[in-house]
Amino acid sequence: MNLDAKIPSGPMAQKWDKHRFDLKLVNPANKRKYEVIVVGSGLAGASAAATLAELGYNVKCFCFQDSPRRAHSIAAQGGINAAKNYQNDGDSVHRLFYDTVKGGDYRSREANVHRLAQVSVNIIDQCAAQGVPFAREYGGLLANRSFGGAQVSRTFYARGQTGQQLLLGAYSSLSRQIGLGKVQMFPRTEMLDVVLVDGHAKGIVVRDMVSGEISRHSAHAVVLATGGYGNAFFLSTNAMGCNVTATFRAYKRGAAFANPCYTQIHPTCIPVSGDHQSKLTLMSESLRNDGRVWVPKSQSVAEKIRKGELKASDVAEGDRDYYLERKYPSFGNLVPRDVASRNTKEACDDGRGVVGSGLGVYLDFEDAIKRLGESAVRERYGNLFDMYEKITGSNAYQNPMTIFPAVHYTMGGLWVDYNLMSNVPGLYVVGEANFSDHGANRLGASALMQGLADGYFVLPYTIGQYLAGVAPDDRTDTNSAEFVGTEETVRAQIDKLLSVKGKRTPTSFHRELGQIIWDECGMARNKTGLEAAIKKIPELRAEFWENLNVPGENGSLNQSLEQAGRVADFLEFGELMCRDALQREESCGGHFREEHQTPEGEAKRDDKNFSFVGAWEYKGENQTPELHKENLVYEEVKMTQRSYK
Amino acid sequence: MDKLMNLKLKVWRQDDADDVGRFEEYQADDISPDMSFLEMLDVVNEGLIGSGKEPIAFDSDCREGICGSCSMVINGTAHGGQKGTTACQLHMRHFSDGMTITIEPWRATAFPVHRDLVVDRTAFDRIQQKGGFISVRTGSVPDANAIPVSKDESDLAMDAAQCIGCGACVAACKNASAMLFVAAKISHLSLVPQGQPERERRALAMVKQMDDEGFGNCTVTGSCEAVCPKEISLDFIARMNREYGRALIKKGTI
Ligand SMILES: Cc1cc2nc3c(=O)[nH]c(=O)nc-3n(C[C@H](O)[C@H](O)[C@H](O)COP(=O)(O)OP(=O)(O)OC[C@H]3O[C@@H](n4cnc5c(N)ncnc54)[C@H](O)[C@@H]3O)c2cc1C
Ligand code: FES
Repeated sequence: MNLDAKIPSGPMAQKWDKHRFDLKLVNPANKRKYEVIVVGSGLAGASAAATLAELGYNVKCFCFQDSPRRAHSIAAQGGINAAKNYQNDGDSVHRLFYDTVKGGDYRSREANVHRLAQVSVNIIDQCAAQGVPFAREYGGLLANRSFGGAQVSRTFYARGQTGQQLLLGAYSSLSRQIGLGKVQMFPRTEMLDVVLVDGHAKGIVVRDMVSGEISRHSAHAVVLATGGYGNAFFLSTNAMGCNVTATFRAYKRGAAFANPCYTQIHPTCIPVSGDHQSKLTLMSESLRNDGRVWVPKSQSVAEKIRKGELKASDVAEGDRDYYLERKYPSFGNLVPRDVASRNTKEACDDGRGVVGSGLGVYLDFEDAIKRLGESAVRERYGNLFDMYEKITGSNAYQNPMTIFPAVHYTMGGLWVDYNLMSNVPGLYVVGEANFSDHGANRLGASALMQGLADGYFVLPYTIGQYLAGVAPDDRTDTNSAEFVGTEETVRAQIDKLLSVKGKRTPTSFHRELGQIIWDECGMARNKTGLEAAIKKIPELRAEFWENLNVPGENGSLNQSLEQAGRVADFLEFGELMCRDALQREESCGGHFREEHQTPEGEAKRDDKNFSFVGAWEYKGENQTPELHKENLVYEEVKMTQRSYK
Repeated sequence: MDKLMNLKLKVWRQDDADDVGRFEEYQADDISPDMSFLEMLDVVNEGLIGSGKEPIAFDSDCREGICGSCSMVINGTAHGGQKGTTACQLHMRHFSDGMTITIEPWRATAFPVHRDLVVDRTAFDRIQQKGGFISVRTGSVPDANAIPVSKDESDLAMDAAQCIGCGACVAACKNASAMLFVAAKISHLSLVPQGQPERERRALAMVKQMDDEGFGNCTVTGSCEAVCPKEISLDFIARMNREYGRALIKKGTI
């Protein structure tokens, strides 16, 4: 397997400009002769589809929701980073680049991250021009806030609904192109396989989720913008439909899957309330700017709280352990997500959790309310407090919130080179679905930035390089053996799911799988647990194929069938996550191996042996996949142990 | 632990757009007050699948009130009648033991039923495609701070832009009017300076498409505002009417 990252030569700050000049161009008159498939209409997919269409390409865009506007990106709350330095507080492209490489715990590809920081400034310009109602100062200029532990104010936001407003901006550009006939939109359509012809991606096979009709679509290139795989854990902050199907089926066709064990556990989510729980809700990270995280110092006090015999307000100041402030005096409550999550887990493992299940800590605004007044707190976080009350029935102005970490984002994804092309020629991967920019840990407000950077400003250029080498008439007929064969595979899988006729629902398998992955490949991992998971998951998978119950048929809207297909993929993919976590004998970012920690309990990297991207190659059903390595070389940023003390 | 509830559900079942549809009754037992309404339906569906029946189809994705997928009329009210709350954010603590709950899809000519509670809302997308945008190409734009925007106008634009496009406004309106949805988009874009050049075109094109899709007229009953999970104000409809009138005059149509 060839993992050539194709990083341009020359000084870091000039790589992208140089590369843009070196890239081949497609003749403007020829662009309309090319067809590009974009799967996904989130920030990455919608921005890519709209921009490609503006350039003149014919685009087909697919999503599984009933409208492209509902992609999961809509749910992002906090904001988007950009190195505008509008606050004059010392930000720069270099600083954003540096922070992102460091935040990713030196496991991302430097050149990609530098480009991301560079184009971040264009994103804000683009969105403002689309009419995105970003927060403003009285003078009419854009407001910023500091977010996710950054020491400069570089985050742009639109109340607590930044993702919504950015997505609606991209959706508006996409809608314009649909209206102009340059993009053909296929909502409620699920991609179930990618079609390879002579090793090149030439199209996809999809299912119409209303009629059940299976169809084949050919193109000159295929772009996957299908988001992250956090739902492998069943419970996560991701939307219900988020899945690994598109990327996993591409993996089975030969695309390398990189760093599947890198998942981000977000520290501030609403704790699980019971077995019925279908998903978890994030409380924006911005809350940590003013909220203080604590648990009682003593286990017996915590136990009384759990039993409802004591309330938070009964615990005297001196009996509280503000553990993040205590352990990390310079960053306090604003330490990066992985550090905050792990410390919360530790406090709860120590028997000091404060919710019934033991899995929850306080996020307290009492001091902020004293200092700023309730109305100022309401102004900043009102919608979040309202949301919290809707879900929990508790008023956070009066009682501290309770929070616990939850799966939130997946740094791993399909391997791509500098051009965002996977190792399968003609198959591009953008947004959360690829692996490239966040290393082992993503900083807050950087995913929106990456999705839009990829879609608006990177892919539309780099895809030209590939298309310039493909003749316009080099488009495979959908009646070719490759297309027909791929469709048969898809149909066979659907028939198989429907024909098991066992006793258990897709959800019950998903829940059980999620629990295994959460226990063994969650916030802390170790060899024994991972090995146990690698044994348990195939057993569960075997049961799935013997005892699954999917009612109904293929020829109509069948949500159980959709779900079963996704769970089938998670059941294979979960094992890959564990294998990757097992092979990575170090701790880095969100990947914490209990065997590899400093005496203070912090993550201990092993740069000598593990500064590589782990990219997995599929080797066939029930075969052990093969690990390939892309070595990471740091030219610009010196690798150091992260310290937030 | 709060007390578990037993409820009776009357749910609209319809196989596809051509089917006439019917109400069916189900028992929802041992429902925890901490569940969301959709989690309660999940529980019922698990039971249905277990007994070899097809589950109730309904749309949902984010389950936190922002994607606009979930769409059901609960006891006669779109999204169930809690102020500023989508069905997915509605929690069972607002119901009580022994209650009967009726659940229906959005009902409007422009939103045909796909199955059970799942309807086709692509009419909204087509309205957007006619003018719900600012025509700027990627990369062809000025610096974001080159055009200052007054904070008040920007905040007001955001009030409108918050619309999640769920369609509750249509479902609640006796005329199945989409005015609140269209007004929110037209208002958002007409309030920001970047949206000025296309103001008239946009208002005319979006309103025309809205009419062509078969949505009814607004008779200002305010039922849309009452059910809107984002509490979009009726004032925006007045603003849209002004935009539309202004566009007609400018275009010399009247
Ligand atoms: C609650 C929450 C809050 C967040 N807040 C922030 C924040 O404040 N700042 C930040 O930077 N990041 C945030 N993130 C992360 C960020 O929102 C996501 O990483 C990002 O939006 C992903 O965008 P995307 O375009 O890659 O994918 P998505 O938005 O997930 O879009 C995926 C698209 O692919 C389609 N799709 C998927 N599979 C298929 C298939 N098989 N067939 C057809 N279509 C398919 C879907 O329909 C959808 O259109 C947050 C995430 C969550 C969960
Ligand atoms: S499921 Fe997204 S708004 Fe209800």
